[in-house]
Amino acid sequence: MTTPRPETLAKLTPVLTKRWLSPDAWRIGTYEKLDGYAALRKALKAHPDDLIQLIKDSGLRGRGGAGFPTGLKWGFIPQGDGKPHYLVVNADEGEPGTCKDLPLMTHDPHSLVEGVIIASYAIRANRAYIYIRGEAVHAARRLRNAVQEAYAKGYLGKNVLGSGFDLELVVHSGAGAYICGEETALLDSLEGFRGQPRLRPPFPATHGLYASPTVVNNVGTIASVPYIVLGGADWWKTMGTEKSSGPMIYSLSGRIANPGQYECSMGITLRELIELAGGMQPGHNLRFWTPGGSSTPLLTAEHLDVPLDFEGVAAAGSILGTTATQIFSDQDCPVYATYRWLEFYHHESCGKCTPCREGNYWMVRVYRRILAGEGTHEDLDTLLDTCDNILGRSFCGLGDGATSSVTSSLKYFKQDYLDYIEGRTAPKLSDKQLVGAH
Amino acid sequence: MTVFTEETRARAREIIARYPADRSRSALLPLLHLVQSEEGYVSPAGVEFCAEVLGLNKAQVGAVATFYTMYKRKPTGDYLVSVCTNTMCNVLGGQQVYDTLAEHLGVGHDETTEDGKITLEHAECLAACDYGPVMTVNYDFFDNVDAQTALDVVDELRAGGRPMPTRGARLCTLKEMAVQLAGFADERPGAVADGGPGEPSLRGLRLAEQNGISVPGFDPNTPIRSKAEADQAAAAAKAKAEAAQAAGAAANPPAADRKPAGDAARAQQRNLKEAEAQK
Repeated sequence: MTTPRPETLAKLTPVLTKRWLSPDAWRIGTYEKLDGYAALRKALKAHPDDLIQLIKDSGLRGRGGAGFPTGLKWGFIPQGDGKPHYLVVNADEGEPGTCKDLPLMTHDPHSLVEGVIIASYAIRANRAYIYIRGEAVHAARRLRNAVQEAYAKGYLGKNVLGSGFDLELVVHSGAGAYICGEETALLDSLEGFRGQPRLRPPFPATHGLYASPTVVNNVGTIASVPYIVLGGADWWKTMGTEKSSGPMIYSLSGRIANPGQYECSMGITLRELIELAGGMQPGHNLRFWTPGGSSTPLLTAEHLDVPLDFEGVAAAGSILGTTATQIFSDQDCPVYATYRWLEFYHHESCGKCTPCREGNYWMVRVYRRILAGEGTHEDLDTLLDTCDNILGRSFCGLGDGATSSVTSSLKYFKQDYLDYIEGRTAPKLSDKQLVGAH
Repeated sequence: MTVFTEETRARAREIIARYPADRSRSALLPLLHLVQSEEGYVSPAGVEFCAEVLGLNKAQVGAVATFYTMYKRKPTGDYLVSVCTNTMCNVLGGQQVYDTLAEHLGVGHDETTEDGKITLEHAECLAACDYGPVMTVNYDFFDNVDAQTALDVVDELRAGGRPMPTRGARLCTLKEMAVQLAGFADERPGAVADGGPGEPSLRGLRLAEQNGISVPGFDPNTPIRSKAEADQAAAAAKAKAEAAQAAGAAANPPAADRKPAGDAARAQQRNLKEAEAQK
């Protein structure tokens, strides 16, 4: 295990994660002692438009993967339209590799609740929902407890802290569907339907929940708000890069010495992150990795020095996504890894769009055939052709995401595929697992 | 045909009251969790119950119930054991854990042991990759499992014990968990407090703490600028930039051939500086 250099350590920016070190921070009393609800008191004295401007000035971009400017999104909500407005927090964390929102909600749930109240006040919403992934039961326990505590203290409900602002907040558990992390599918699910994406436009900003103006933001985005309200936009911009401001929670998993959550200034590189994580595990050399979950094209050891911000990763041909860096070594097979991800997309496709529903079904079968040693050279063309017919031809990003690992692994690791096809690599799947593959 | 208890009916009313009066359908997901809390799965009676309390028809409810993985379509055991076999956990040993459990318990995916104790499933990413391979029992985490630790957990469950999850609360039954999923507080004393953060969650923080690193310049009393002030500042900055650009363009007009006049870079720099100075 190596010790990180001081200049690398200096990239650590503990902000959103900081309270996790205080084991009782999930209780309202402890939270209040650690600056908790100070931002809300401050925000309620400001005009809602000033808060939207503050978030615009901070350059905060969505932490759920797409990186859309948050202040701009809030500004799209038509004001004085006489319709109810809604804030919906997307806490349906499920992108493979992503594991930053669950610990945040478990160890510091009030920071999310406080962010919800401030954001709702800014966009003039009197009802807010946190749509939390069903399986995230312990985070939901803590979150429901936090909401209950916040009501008891007058931070939620009628006339919040005597300001005249009313807010009802409901924690709504999902039921096991990755697709509900897509914002329009989430809204359908929250309305009590199957979680299937809607065609856009119209966008949620005008026709969201119950066809009313709605902001949908990720957990990390909303939890950032109290810090910006307290420390100001200029302080927030001391972290990160010009176009990707602030701290970001990088989730490192896989073949490194110390997997875990590392909150760093945006724009840190994988080389530096691995250094923070104590290096690779003994006997493992970096071979491929995802910069932000399985829906982002794979990168390789060539990309160790790519700045991990929205622009840097895009320039390298991938997507920053959820900053879930899954790190694989020379002992892992990129063909098998891709196959497992495809099984996932096949299982999670909602079935609405034919290219995604059928394409993933068939690609899984092609992969099983290749991994069983029965693949052909033609199969590789079939895979690329199928990807061509999925990418950009489905309502939402799930279809696009499914093709990421296929096309990128074929780009960087074609030889691994050929080794299965030409018999140099022993088959990885048995006949039993091959049932139905033809 | 199950007749749902008065307690379940009272809970159903409470769930519906959480949502706007004309939007009661939003209560459908929590209500489906609720009927599972009584029956352990979504039975035809459960579908009918949801349809009845929401004024929907059974087809509308059934279409939703069959879409989501967590709504089970046949009776389940007391404990749902879910092993992550998505890529990361898979290569770290999760597939082996699943295969071992399946063989040991004599059941496959989504099947229940004969004693009615355990339902086994392979799960997709459970959002704990830094603890991989992971499995959950009634959705609470057992981290960094291997075949042996997983076997120990299921054996203890079958013997009537309740092993403590690595993170998360002490175990309850799957039906009891469904009450929480329907949106009700976990009333068991101490359950909310169970489960401190694991080391992987804290690694970056510990490094920062040990090396005395924090983000400088944080002043919680930084004033929030009014929008008018912010607009003024932005307008001033814009005007300044435009003036500089105009001055630059005037001194260095586009060429008659309309090609960009980008060649005289030094002259442009000088003009921009002059314009700045005039401001």
